Amino acid sequence: MTKRKIRVMVAKPGLDGHDRGARVLARCFRDAGFEVIYTGCHQTPEQIVSAAIQEDVDLVGLSCLSGAHRALFPRVVELLHEKDAGDINVIGGGIIPEQDFQLLYDSGIKAIFTPGASLDSIVEWINTNIKPRA
Amino acid sequence: METIKKICQGDVRSASRLIRDVEDKIPSAKAKIKKLFPHTGKSFIIGITGAPGAGKSTLIDALIAELRKKKKDIGVLAVDPTSPFTGGAILGDRIRMQRHVEDPGVFVRSLATRGALGGLSAAVGEAIHVLEAMGKEIILIETVGIGQQEIDIINHAHSVIVVLVPGMGDEVQTMKAGIMEIADVFVINKADRAGAKQLHMELLSMLHSAPAAPENWQPPIVMVGDVYKPEAFADKIAELEKKIEEHHTYLQNSGKLVERIYRKTMVEINDALRANIMEPIMYKLQESGELQSMIEKVKNREVDPYSAAEEIAKRFIK
Repeated sequence: MTKRKIRVMVAKPGLDGHDRGARVLARCFRDAGFEVIYTGCHQTPEQIVSAAIQEDVDLVGLSCLSGAHRALFPRVVELLHEKDAGDINVIGGGIIPEQDFQLLYDSGIKAIFTPGASLDSIVEWINTNIKPRA
Repeated sequence: METIKKICQGDVRSASRLIRDVEDKIPSAKAKIKKLFPHTGKSFIIGITGAPGAGKSTLIDALIAELRKKKKDIGVLAVDPTSPFTGGAILGDRIRMQRHVEDPGVFVRSLATRGALGGLSAAVGEAIHVLEAMGKEIILIETVGIGQQEIDIINHAHSVIVVLVPGMGDEVQTMKAGIMEIADVFVINKADRAGAKQLHMELLSMLHSAPAAPENWQPPIVMVGDVYKPEAFADKIAELEKKIEEHHTYLQNSGKLVERIYRKTMVEINDALRANIMEPIMYKLQESGELQSMIEKVKNREVDPYSAAEEIAKRFIK
């Protein structure tokens, strides 16, 4: 019997083409033994959710550096619930001011990582908190 | 079973989950695939293979657009490599196909090879069944970027498209066995680049050096380029789609389709047998520690691997 492999989608919602961080993360998740689906820049929440469901991921990692996280991140969670996929976890990262954290947590974002967060700490969070469904 | 019903109605979530269960070797998956099996076998399966960066994903993206004009319901399985060191993978094929992500008539699922060596994933056979049961009329399978020899795609697809790009070697490469033999349709991609005409000539000369009998299929060569000129590119893709369609018709009329399905079925039985015989034996040997001690003995040249295997075969197969 093999162990379930964690599948993660790394996505960049909105009009933000700065994907260096997302690429570094994708690479880091690969090296942590996850299967990483990378969908590139300029995705709408609808596209992200549709791809997440098609790929049966355990986790969606959203990266946003444009300041639109307050609108885009909660919308992704909302759409996942609408599509009966609320069990897919969502975390976020990027340039996110601390005063927005609570709003994002309240909307269902499970964790937020901002510049300075170590790659190890993100992988550790995933390994601790994301259990692929039985 | 609820899952089976949902998949047969085209439910994406259930389908993708079952594929996941197969990939993760969850025991309950097998029973579900068995239940789905009667609903499979009706799709036309197209394999797209070629070297890394040859443009397979981009071609598939364009083919999807062309096929959607005809309202075909499409499933895509895109395979990318698993790291032999960490077991992780970057599945990036779908980046090229994202414009179709909200089209309910298109289902794209990425698969990692997870150690399979033939250019596909061990789960691809079952994943095809899931897409067939969903009612996908056309299934496009993208292999990993391959070299000369990873040709498992011929055991799964009805038509195989081999994507070549200019600048990858001289004429002798076109004469070699393996990848060059499996094409039903050749694509010379990035044909606006230097060397495309020469590759075309070399390919023609290879095909003409051992011409197919008139009643047999002669693999056509489609030159595709100008990806940044949408209209010219779309014309080329329409031509490619037409050639694939022609090959499909040829397969049906010549009886070759039956031959290919026969081969595909044989491989499927072979794989299932291997899974049912080899895997339990390996599991038992591993559990008892016998495998480890066998490795030691063979490593120290106390016994050869052939005798060791024969001894085990005698014990398990009566």
